Amino acid sequence: MSKGRFGIHGGQFIPETLMNAVNELEEAYNKYKDDPEFIEEYETLLKEYAGRPSLLYYAEKMTKDLGGAKIYLKREDLNHTGSHKLNNVIGQILLAKRMGKTRVIAETGAGQHGVATATVAALMGMECEIYMGKEDTDRQALNVYRMELLGAKVHAVTSGTQTLKDAVNETLREWTRRVSDTHYVLGSVMGPHPFPTIVRDFQSVIGREIKSQLLEKEGRLPDAVLACVGGGSNAMGAFYEFIPDESVVLIGCEAAGLGVDNPKNAATMANGTLGVFHGMKSYFCQDEYGQIAPVYSISAGLDYPGVGPEHANLHDTGRAQYVPITDDEAVEAFEYLSRTEGIIPAIESSHAVAYAMKLAPTMDKDKIIVVNLSGRGDKDVAAIARYRGVDIYE
Amino acid sequence: MSKTADAFKNGKAFIPFVTAGDPDLDTTKKLIIGMAQSGADLIEIGIPFSDPVAEGVVIQQADERALSAGATTDKIFDMVSQVREIIPEFPLAFMTYINPVYVYGCEKFLAKCEELKIDALIVPDIPYEEKEELAPYCEKHGVDFISMITPSSENRIKMIAKEATGFLYCVSSMGVTGVRSEIKTNIGNMIKSVRQVSDIPTAIGFGISTPEQAKQMAQLADGVIVGSAIVKLCAQYGRECVEPVKAYVKEMKAAIAAE
Repeated sequence: MSKGRFGIHGGQFIPETLMNAVNELEEAYNKYKDDPEFIEEYETLLKEYAGRPSLLYYAEKMTKDLGGAKIYLKREDLNHTGSHKLNNVIGQILLAKRMGKTRVIAETGAGQHGVATATVAALMGMECEIYMGKEDTDRQALNVYRMELLGAKVHAVTSGTQTLKDAVNETLREWTRRVSDTHYVLGSVMGPHPFPTIVRDFQSVIGREIKSQLLEKEGRLPDAVLACVGGGSNAMGAFYEFIPDESVVLIGCEAAGLGVDNPKNAATMANGTLGVFHGMKSYFCQDEYGQIAPVYSISAGLDYPGVGPEHANLHDTGRAQYVPITDDEAVEAFEYLSRTEGIIPAIESSHAVAYAMKLAPTMDKDKIIVVNLSGRGDKDVAAIARYRGVDIYE
Repeated sequence: MSKTADAFKNGKAFIPFVTAGDPDLDTTKKLIIGMAQSGADLIEIGIPFSDPVAEGVVIQQADERALSAGATTDKIFDMVSQVREIIPEFPLAFMTYINPVYVYGCEKFLAKCEELKIDALIVPDIPYEEKEELAPYCEKHGVDFISMITPSSENRIKMIAKEATGFLYCVSSMGVTGVRSEIKTNIGNMIKSVRQVSDIPTAIGFGISTPEQAKQMAQLADGVIVGSAIVKLCAQYGRECVEPVKAYVKEMKAAIAAE
């Protein structure tokens, strides 16, 4: 079996042109991940630049309103640039610098990862180009301008379905064109080895903080950790620390769009089958001939036909559960959290909030749920307004 | 038994590529037969994929056209079996991505290849490290699994060449498929490394479109692969593409035959 497997999933299914690049990346990562100087630089930036640790907030009003388990929100939305994406980007760009790369490229769906990459590229003085599906540049226009403001060049991808999957295709193509001075800052726990491992490790700070913060506040572990799953980086970051703690139920919330029975969805665990795509063996939404399906979700960040290989394995082993959440449920959760706690969550994170709203009332009051609030919702306000029929332009 | 080696017996090999089902499978069938009768030595039949990450825009669009016109792996197999009635022994290869093969079932796919007397399989997203996913099925069914080397392979060339079967696909340039005005890679050095460990025939692909380029490449290797330039003709002429493609294949074969 090749490198980077999680059970049967993972691997390195990429063109030969990129093999030396991923091998070099693996070597560099193995060299620096335990290097005290690298760790110190990474942790200093997390603290001084990103603003970590992020808060673990007791959502008292929401808890009382739902009348069941205690709900805590892990406030990744308070991370600099407004999402968990920065944790991974800081780590990868520090690594890229040590590898002598002068240019970074990245895909983005909602724009959160693109903004995070453009931000750190600006900070570190690196050239930066972002690939984003044309449809996403339309629904997240503000983030496009934000990236440009940060000095990045944004390419609107017009091939295929013009969403996240096509942005990944185009970034992979660009990497094969220019690999010697360029690092591909992959934004999720997906793609060829070593990316799923590297991204998970850089995001695992989320779970470690949840554990220590909750031990301080409650003196115990949570009963359930909830996170939304597209590729799965914020979920993997939140789950990883708790995998050995078998009492902790791990629940990934995927985007069911108009419903799991409607063709317009992106619920990979519910509807996907085993395949090999974007460098990895995993589950994908696809037809009987292995053609990747044109998926749909209101959330550009979850609008992806696959899922990271470690999630696929957690699904196989039963260590994590995956539940579908529809557009309607996510939008209701978006509005509910705004009204109830004064916190506007990203539409991606709203999928996890929506499942907490279903789950909490079924649990006893002495139980604890932690919801990873992976991003803030400012970027989504105009789209949600339009969803509700209010004619707002950004 | 694979007949891939036969393709290199008639001077330098000319290897054209065509996307199956663009604009329709009937045209593809006529194209394959026409190219076989116009000097091609081995034909690569592309099974279209929704997300071909190694392709430039020309073949991406051909894949999209073929899929929207209804091409499927099974329909392509049917078309090839009709082709085999006309050219039963002509060397043919399938080129596609791992997902269509994997989802169809590697065993089932390669058994079908054997039945259709397909000689070689090219899958650009299976690098050396993942070969075990596919190569054992190819071996079982007598289909050559084609390995690729690229300008960034460097220290990997010998490792790959040592185990290569059929022919070695030498990618001329960095990046994706598509016509290039100039090929700057030192391909001579790549081939030199290959020759230190293997006598396997080599064919250069990616970016070649003109007879001059083909002639230049044929001085370095045993064969020349042309994809996008032919697919462009299919896009331009649609169902009327068979004659222009045949003329093009004749011209290209003539250009390299002298080498």
